Amino acid sequence: MSEIRFSGFGGQGIVRCALIAGKAANIFDDKFATMTQSFGPEARGGACASQLVVSDERIAYPYVTKADILITLSQEAYDKYEPQMSDDGVLIADQDLVKTRPARDNITLHVVPATRFAEELGNRIFTNLVTLGFFTGITGVVSPEAMKNALPGLVPDRFLTHNVKAFERGYDYAKEVLGESKGKAKAGKTKVNKKKGKK
Amino acid sequence: MRKIAANPKAVDTGTHFLDGNHAVTEGGLVSGANFFAAYPITPSTEIAELFAERIPKIGGIFIQMEDEIAALAANIGAVWGGAKVMTTTSGPGFSLMMENIGLAVMMEVPMVITNVQRAGPSTGLPTYVAQQDMMQVRWGSHGDYEIIALCPDSPQECFDLTIEAFNLSETYRVPVFIMIDECIGHMHEKVVIPEAKDINVLDRRWYDGPKGQYKPYKVGKDGIAPMAKAGDGHHMHATGLTHDERGYPALTVAQQKIVIPHLIDKIKNNADKIIKLEETDVKGAEVVVMSYGITSRVAVRAVQLAKEAGIKVGSIRLITAWPFPEKRIKEVAKDVKAIIFPEINMGQMVLEAERCAGGQCKVVSIPHPGGDVHDPDDIVAAIKEAIK
Repeated sequence: MSEIRFSGFGGQGIVRCALIAGKAANIFDDKFATMTQSFGPEARGGACASQLVVSDERIAYPYVTKADILITLSQEAYDKYEPQMSDDGVLIADQDLVKTRPARDNITLHVVPATRFAEELGNRIFTNLVTLGFFTGITGVVSPEAMKNALPGLVPDRFLTHNVKAFERGYDYAKEVLGESKGKAKAGKTKVNKKKGKK
Repeated sequence: MRKIAANPKAVDTGTHFLDGNHAVTEGGLVSGANFFAAYPITPSTEIAELFAERIPKIGGIFIQMEDEIAALAANIGAVWGGAKVMTTTSGPGFSLMMENIGLAVMMEVPMVITNVQRAGPSTGLPTYVAQQDMMQVRWGSHGDYEIIALCPDSPQECFDLTIEAFNLSETYRVPVFIMIDECIGHMHEKVVIPEAKDINVLDRRWYDGPKGQYKPYKVGKDGIAPMAKAGDGHHMHATGLTHDERGYPALTVAQQKIVIPHLIDKIKNNADKIIKLEETDVKGAEVVVMSYGITSRVAVRAVQLAKEAGIKVGSIRLITAWPFPEKRIKEVAKDVKAIIFPEINMGQMVLEAERCAGGQCKVVSIPHPGGDVHDPDDIVAAIKEAIK
């Protein structure tokens, strides 16, 4: 079972991230996923988080207590949720939006230039999809095929190819990072599906 | 009652990733809902939005009314016109509906009302969870009556129980309430929608006798009166006043003695058929945790932690909140030391459990003022305290 928290500020597509990953796991990877989200008057700019529990079995308790995987796209989210994550979890942070401290305990920290990649692809609105691609490549909780299959209906049709490209940019970067970190002690902790890694 | 096929156009067969509000909508559509008057309100708005989008495509009608009083009035009228009706609301809107809920009860109008509960009183915490309307749904309108209220604890159950709610409302000619909460309403999970032919929908009990002889409140063999459509040439009269078989006002004590027991007995006498519970490890348990809705998803963690600590603990989940499972709780209370009852209110359904337990065991409320779910550790602490 994996407990995942996506966090950032309203308008970044934080809830959308969990929706895509949850749909991918549930429908295309044939697993079970439960998604809970912040639901409040927070508009663009306010703190925002969505939680996803992914399991091979039916999920009884739907909440994330200690996230195994934490994705942070804002400083506020990092400061708030990093202390609540598991001591040996995987932490993913945007390079430009989050100033990280050295990882505590056995946490594996990955810094990803998601905003920069998104800007290269034409618009920083795709930052969430770059991050999702990176998350998929690093953790292997959901398959990249399932994630891409989940996109139609959850992103606007006319931007589908842009979103797929953004996802792939993040995914490929994850594979690059994992390749570089081969032999380092922490690489083994990320539970990466080796087969997918060779793609 | 006659089973009918679901309209394939209304059935989005397949495996989906939906929230509870969306699943309620799908359940309503497959049940044949073809009229939906509502006033949108957080956190139930998605149900109204989705009905507005979907219902015209299958020949139905969505009307956004000026408020919830009017919404229910329109819905009652639509049922007399032959429609299958559903609506949705939350907290303040539910309060406004109360007068016409009484009218629907008195007129014996089948309909399904979803209340996505948020924290009150008044406008309270509009976007946060609560389970504070559990007594209001039972007693909120004036006078003596019975209703049916269901409490799904997952999006899949939101879909399944909406169909069940429609079937119960047609079976007993009574408004049926789906009492979800903000958490279940916005929680996304796997929802499997079967093929139209595999969905069990009950048709209305239609009058098929000669015109001129129809009486809207003349009960059949099963104790319920068949319905006819206004405008089809039958003599029709329905009123909130105490009425006779023809539906005409009959303002006498003698008639009150017929109408009120009928409203109550049609539910009470069929309680065993209506009530659904989910029981786990109740046999041999020292303590039983009772819960419903989102709180049952939290209780499950507490029960697991207590079991790991070596405590014999079982659980009872209310799928049907009203009518309350009196008989079963009386039995269970004989065999356990305590019933622990967490709910996101200051102690409502726990009072029913206490009444039924009748002093045979301890009944412990774990209240929560609303806005969030319980911490499972608080429930574990109460379990440990109860077996001391």
